[in-house]
Amino acid sequence: MASVEFTLDGRPVSVDADVAMPLLYAIRNDLGHNNPHFGCGLAQCGACTVHLDGRALRSCITPLSSVQGRTITTIKGLGTPEKPHALQQAYIEEQVPQCGYCVNGWIMTAAALLNGNPKATDEQIRAGLAGLKCRCGTHMSIMRAVKRARALMAEPAAT
Amino acid sequence: MATEFAHQLSRREFLLTSGALVVSTSLSLGVSSAFAQTGAAAPPPQFPSPDQLDSWIAILPDGTAEAFFGKMDMGQGLEVAIAQIVAEELDVAVEHVTVRMGDTATSCNQGGASGSTGVSLGAKPLRNAAAEARRILVERAARVLKVPADKLTVTNGVVAVAGTPASGVSYADLVGGKHFDTSVEWNKQIGNFMDVKGQARPKPLSDYQLVGKSVPRRDVAGKIFGTADYVTDIRVPGMLHARMIRPPTGGSTIASVNAESIKNARVVREGEFLAVVAEREWDAIEAARTLDVKWTPHDGDPFPGADGLHDHIRDATIVKREETTRKGDTESAFKSAARIIEAEYHWPLQSHASMGPACAVADVRSGEATIWTGSQKPHSTRDGVAKLLGLPTEKVRGIWVMGPGSYGRNDAGDAAMDAAYLSKLTGRPVRVQGMRSDGTAWDPKGAACVHRARAGLDASGKVIAYEFVTKGLSRVNVMFNESDPRDCLAGMTLGLPLNPGAGLGSPSESYAFGAKLLAWEVVPPLLDRCSPLRTSHLRDPLGPEVHFGSEQFIDEIAAAVKADPVEFRLQYITAPRDAAIVKAAAEKAGWKPRRAPAHRVRSLHAKVLHGRGIAYAQRSDTVVAVIADIEVYPKDGRIWARKFTVAHDCGLIINPKSLRQTIEGNVVQGLSRTLFEEVHFDRNTVRSVDWASYPILEIRDAPEEIDIVLINSTDVAPSGAGEPTMRCVPAAVANAFWDATGVRMRRVPLSPARVKAALAKT
Repeated sequence: MASVEFTLDGRPVSVDADVAMPLLYAIRNDLGHNNPHFGCGLAQCGACTVHLDGRALRSCITPLSSVQGRTITTIKGLGTPEKPHALQQAYIEEQVPQCGYCVNGWIMTAAALLNGNPKATDEQIRAGLAGLKCRCGTHMSIMRAVKRARALMAEPAAT
Repeated sequence: MATEFAHQLSRREFLLTSGALVVSTSLSLGVSSAFAQTGAAAPPPQFPSPDQLDSWIAILPDGTAEAFFGKMDMGQGLEVAIAQIVAEELDVAVEHVTVRMGDTATSCNQGGASGSTGVSLGAKPLRNAAAEARRILVERAARVLKVPADKLTVTNGVVAVAGTPASGVSYADLVGGKHFDTSVEWNKQIGNFMDVKGQARPKPLSDYQLVGKSVPRRDVAGKIFGTADYVTDIRVPGMLHARMIRPPTGGSTIASVNAESIKNARVVREGEFLAVVAEREWDAIEAARTLDVKWTPHDGDPFPGADGLHDHIRDATIVKREETTRKGDTESAFKSAARIIEAEYHWPLQSHASMGPACAVADVRSGEATIWTGSQKPHSTRDGVAKLLGLPTEKVRGIWVMGPGSYGRNDAGDAAMDAAYLSKLTGRPVRVQGMRSDGTAWDPKGAACVHRARAGLDASGKVIAYEFVTKGLSRVNVMFNESDPRDCLAGMTLGLPLNPGAGLGSPSESYAFGAKLLAWEVVPPLLDRCSPLRTSHLRDPLGPEVHFGSEQFIDEIAAAVKADPVEFRLQYITAPRDAAIVKAAAEKAGWKPRRAPAHRVRSLHAKVLHGRGIAYAQRSDTVVAVIADIEVYPKDGRIWARKFTVAHDCGLIINPKSLRQTIEGNVVQGLSRTLFEEVHFDRNTVRSVDWASYPILEIRDAPEEIDIVLINSTDVAPSGAGEPTMRCVPAAVANAFWDATGVRMRRVPLSPARVKAALAKT
């Protein structure tokens, strides 16, 4: 047991736990942020994805010890209904999710992808989203939403 | 939103605080014999009681409405469809209708999510109840306004003389917050076919304003902004975290458990029911991983291995056989045939492999139980838990909370029973969740089968005899719901008697062949107790399995007589809607008639081969035709189904956008099952335990385009869309593969390894 401090969705937090415990359980159980989900515990599906300093990270295999002093963002911190990230806005407009249990993986990975490369081609998007799972089969809506988000991000910011 | 239940609400408290105005008074009814099911035994008492209007519809003090729905929206837009239908009949704005789903305390047992009947059957009582509520409110308004009821109209919850809305009276003023205290005529059915009627008749189609519009779903934002609760997010104060311990090989039993081998956790055991519980979830996970259990292996290897499965099925004894269609004398027709065509098709075991392993939370105390479950049938969960714990049904409350996917009888039912029993044994609320292998290796599997197809042709090439017989593992080896603990791992580990069911299915089409026999044969389960390979319903049970064979065989017959696959189907299809749907798909896709495959594999060095295939099927009263345009890459065995064209007729359309997305999901999940999915196992162990060993489709392999033609048959009642399209996908792809390569793929999945092997033989 040790105390690990980091920033979660813009707020400083501290967790006293086994530092070998994956970050996912700290976020969900110790800090009460339910939105990252347990899907596999093996980094094979993406349901637990968060951002570590802006990069997509599978929290189910990330030891708590490795996030000391770092900045973690969950889908809840990515945007809000009042101020959604372009991907969240596109997801709403396209009504993407079915059960929705997988959305952390797709949105957080695509957000990191488009934040880094706002002009990603369709091929780059498909490649960048490899390894993510959606059991309901909403892939058609996902592609539409990511392309829509790409278009939204290309628009000049409203003045 | 963190879900904290400060205390467990009693049933009465809940009803008073939720706005759910459920009454328990039982009024005698003058049930018409035409509507009531005659001759049936009286159903057990239901809570809430379906014969009360208040059990279906409530008008709150602010004039908004609540609809109490006994089915669940698994994310395909059912919730908003029900809201549209209720709002339509009540004449209120759709945003003023809240649909309360899946809580056994507030909704009648309409069978849960089941058989794509959410709208076709599930909406019926809501529609009738809403119409009855409107009739009563208009009559009350007539008395208040001293105007004949037939002079009144309703606009957004305000009853007024037509053209003078300002002089009207609102629903809020007429009944807001109070019961209707009115009975409705219940047909005494429990489950999918539950229906009620009042005196009112629902609106005619010509008056519809909301039904048929793409009203946006209301569950999306919560899922996108991380505020929606899933069953995995339910926390009850004082709860323990649990993990079930399953045997490492099929049929193993516990020899000994070393309770000292774990820390910060303890063992809970009764017979073969074995779990670890801990205050902290990570401790439970670590304990499950490190617990020292000695197992006694099953006497002899229980399984044939995945590669031997279909030989095993072919040779197995038959426990039940049913002829679903028999027209004419097939035996003598085959004897007189000039030519006979035969083929055999194989479908493997497949896993629900839900996005996350199942989770359930149970709080059993003081002779009552509350279960939070992701099961698509919480009323069944309630009934099963009541039996497992020996409690009266009315003392158990099942609450559905969105789970990590569903798709039939997955692992959710088992998790609910496990949580309930653990809560009973520990005296604490318990949250149990599986690890990945529990969701892939231990869910009930979709049935594997062998299809034997035979067609007899006369000298002119006309089909005079046709036979399609499916032999396989039962679709209900464990029941498709958890209303009986004998069908759950908890009941099986606790030694309850077994309760195997036997059933399969046959193709749903309208081909008229001279003589025709469709039949199924069920073989015994591979292992009868606590089997990781027990079988039950997987989305569109037997739909993709059967039509993969039957619709490919139709293509094989067409090829044998050098007929175009579309023309051949139209020659033998008898139902006009079926013919129309095949024509609609062909027209939309620009189908060009062909009498032979477009291509033949000449060399494995060909970079890419293109092919196109069609399949069609019925499901209930829905008809679907699917055309697949695929690319085959011989070098790496990859199939990319680049484009699908779907023609879909499910009767009256409620919400076109939700319908389109539901069809897309069917295509993609169906494609995943066609190309990738097979449960691997050896002679005693399931080897498909995660996404690496049970791969599903990823976005690279998703189609580029799905072109959908919706036929809105407004004269046909809504008939369901949650599953029908899926059953056409496997054969459409296999038929396209044949078009591309001249090679038949008669076993699923059409995985890269199997594709390479098949092409190498040419």
